Amino acid sequence: MATKGHSAKARGALVSMVLLLLLLAGGIFGTTLAGGSWSPKLALDLSGGSQLILSPQVNDADGGEITDEQLEQAVEIIRQRVDGSGVAEAEVSTQSGQNVVVSVPGVLSPETRDLIQTSAQMSFRAVLNSGAPTPVPGDAVAAEESLPAPTAEPADGSDYNWVTPELWREYEALDCSVPTNVDEAEQDPNAAIVACSTDGQEKYILGPIEIHGTEIENASFSQVTGGTGYSTGQWGVNIDFNDPGTATFKDVTTRLNSIRGANPSDPRARFAIMLDGAVLSSPVTQAVITNGQPQITGNFTEQEASQLAEQLKYGALPISFTIQSEQQISATLGADQLRMGLLAGLIGLVLVFVYSLFQYRLVGLVNISSIIVAAGFSYGVIILLGHLMNYRLSLAGVAGLIVSIGLMADSFIVYFERIRDEIRAGRTIPAAIDHGWNRAKRTIMASKAVNLLAAVVLYFASVGNVRGFAFTLGLTAIADLIITFLFIHPLMVLLGQRDYFRNGGKWSGMDPAALGATPLYRGAGRVRSAEETEARLSLAERKRRERLAAAEEEMAATDIKEQGRGE
Amino acid sequence: MANKLAQFGNDLHSGKKSYGFVPHRKRWLSLALVIVILAALVPVLKGGYNLGIEFRGGSEFTVSSVANEDVTIGQDAISAAAPEATDVRVTNISSNTVRAQMSELGDDETLAVGDALRAAYGVERDDVTSSFVGPTWGAGVTKQALIGLAWFVVLVMIGMALYFRTWKMSLSAIAGLVFTIVTTVGLYALVGFEITPSAIIGFLTVLSYSLYDTVVVFDKIRENTEGIEGRRDVTFSEQVNLAVNQTLVRSINTSVVGILPVGSILFIGALLLGAGALKDLSLALFVGIIVGTIGTLFVAAPAYAVLRLGEQSVKEQERRVEGIRAGIVPEEETSETGQSPSLPAITVREFNFPTNNQ
Repeated sequence: MATKGHSAKARGALVSMVLLLLLLAGGIFGTTLAGGSWSPKLALDLSGGSQLILSPQVNDADGGEITDEQLEQAVEIIRQRVDGSGVAEAEVSTQSGQNVVVSVPGVLSPETRDLIQTSAQMSFRAVLNSGAPTPVPGDAVAAEESLPAPTAEPADGSDYNWVTPELWREYEALDCSVPTNVDEAEQDPNAAIVACSTDGQEKYILGPIEIHGTEIENASFSQVTGGTGYSTGQWGVNIDFNDPGTATFKDVTTRLNSIRGANPSDPRARFAIMLDGAVLSSPVTQAVITNGQPQITGNFTEQEASQLAEQLKYGALPISFTIQSEQQISATLGADQLRMGLLAGLIGLVLVFVYSLFQYRLVGLVNISSIIVAAGFSYGVIILLGHLMNYRLSLAGVAGLIVSIGLMADSFIVYFERIRDEIRAGRTIPAAIDHGWNRAKRTIMASKAVNLLAAVVLYFASVGNVRGFAFTLGLTAIADLIITFLFIHPLMVLLGQRDYFRNGGKWSGMDPAALGATPLYRGAGRVRSAEETEARLSLAERKRRERLAAAEEEMAATDIKEQGRGE
Repeated sequence: MANKLAQFGNDLHSGKKSYGFVPHRKRWLSLALVIVILAALVPVLKGGYNLGIEFRGGSEFTVSSVANEDVTIGQDAISAAAPEATDVRVTNISSNTVRAQMSELGDDETLAVGDALRAAYGVERDDVTSSFVGPTWGAGVTKQALIGLAWFVVLVMIGMALYFRTWKMSLSAIAGLVFTIVTTVGLYALVGFEITPSAIIGFLTVLSYSLYDTVVVFDKIRENTEGIEGRRDVTFSEQVNLAVNQTLVRSINTSVVGILPVGSILFIGALLLGAGALKDLSLALFVGIIVGTIGTLFVAAPAYAVLRLGEQSVKEQERRVEGIRAGIVPEEETSETGQSPSLPAITVREFNFPTNNQ
């Protein structure tokens, strides 16, 4: 009866294992419908590509540590730059709250690399001209004789004398409708330039830089209030300039405001806020700002206002990047590494299989199948996480998986050595399986907890490669526990009830004779008496027996129940 | 041979065969101390660790699918393309693959060297890869790893102290850990492999493995020494030693099974692949698993015995048992009292067990 209850439980456990595997397969199938695949996502070192690890630095007076918020901004900036350069599938992420990692498939062009690395500059320039973002069609370009010709040194930032014939041609040819990155280095801070708006809707000719981003003290966004203090429901962006900024901005707005007074639709009444060589915003000056606290209004949504305020703040705090490491891994080398890693894993598996069979005979098959199930399980989870969390398998991760073969087999070894101990102590095989499990599961849980702890700590404290490794170690520790409880143990219980194993068949790996134990029950109704047993025992064995007995008393409720039934 | 091993296991289990892990504890612990000192001296004698490019900083190129593996081709190409490069090391890291490391190059030189190598070895653009590592990169990784290590050790000590209900097990486990890690790093340095971030990962895993192994053995020690104060037949240290011997077959099997896959990575890595990550990691693990197992058997367990033998009650227990053995109190008399009543119960129950299965 007790064993029947046991086998029902064991079967139940096996069924839940199968269900778990089916659930996993179903989950992966679900993600394939949403564009996932049946193979894991590979990290750069296996799939090939380039990786840049950048450490951002804030060039402010404090020179202190970069805050999380600034790091997020840095990631945003780099993402915009990389996307703008037309690199597909680029990934930009932070690493351990300090670095920014840029991963791109294929080779990173030197231009993109420079672009990513340069420190972004925010600046304010007066607008000289603006127009539609597309190139001027051939029949509409200005004739040679009507090109603007500077007649004198430009007097201020809004002077048309900045515009040379070459600049005008450049302006006519400029196409802002396709996202490209302007090389900031070519934008002379002390001369007029051409530029696009960040949204590609407009292009400009701009005067020299009049105010630098560093002169912004702070920026925020809020609802615009009307003259009597009520809210207009519009969103505005507020800038606070520092003292030199305030003075310069007063001069600039005085000039632009008078231009607007003369002709409200003159493009020169606007000033452009530039970041990374593109125009973020180009508001019309509506008043002379003397206190250095202008408000930019327009048809901003709350989100747009917040974004612009963030960008302005960033301008006040230029972040520059130094490259910490740059790696290019060819697709061939990556594939080579993966193939060799898998080959090594396969050889390792075969060796472990052979050793298991050699050491544990037929029961070794339990070990082998548990490793296969665990491998399938871990593989499935990695695929699923690849899709759900963008987890990518790296070479270190593969190594983690291979290493875990040994750790996984150890659960079986601990358990099975325990069973053997119990058989040596004279228990029948099903009883030995039972008692062995009660003892072993504690050990297994405690030791796996150590592994899991190591994996978790490593994961949170470490960077890059170590992380991928820690992840697979932790994953396999969990998989191992699941498989030990839902696969190895139930399988052992069920095997223990097959005649061959119950009687300790020669090749079962549990042959009591080979283990130096003579079972108390010898089949065919012949039973050794307790006295006989006692007489046969050596001193050491007797001591053990006593200890066993003492331990026996501790073994809780289930044992008592079984005993009751037995008698 | 399997039979011999089984017999070996049987004898260890019954105590018929026993290795003196605990009786010779002083010998093992002093030997361990000597090994640790020697291992720590290895890098000093060898003039420092052989640090990988991740710690030195510099530029690295890998050329795969080369037909002619002659390293002088690469050296010539590099000196022609970037004459200012210093510390140039061109090595044949596996069949058809050549790696060139040198001092840090500028962007133009990097491109020039890459092109020169491609032309010199006559390979496709995809077959040449370049990396650049700043000297702080490896240090950053190591710093993070050390922080992780510190946290791990503290948490494990607390966890073990709670689980085993004694801080002495935590402390002796850490002693085994220190032995394992110092010896592993020393042996690694002795082989002369470069210390790379991958090797660091390997060392960290060795820590985890070492403690894992110790927990398994300590769990058996805990079981064997439960209620030891009342025992008159065996001493505390005998029980600790028996536990280590009883788990010896497991220790051997586990390290063999652990080493087989790692060994195959090492074999594949060193012979076929050559390049970095896998090879460094697997060597660290290969050495670490063996040393870790030894560390548990010869350092952690004896250290625990030493710590506990300092306790008054344990000392008394040992003295009492020795007194009984010396014949002051007859052995039979004492060992039978208080413990025998449970004996028949086992017999009866064990006898009935199979009949339930119908």
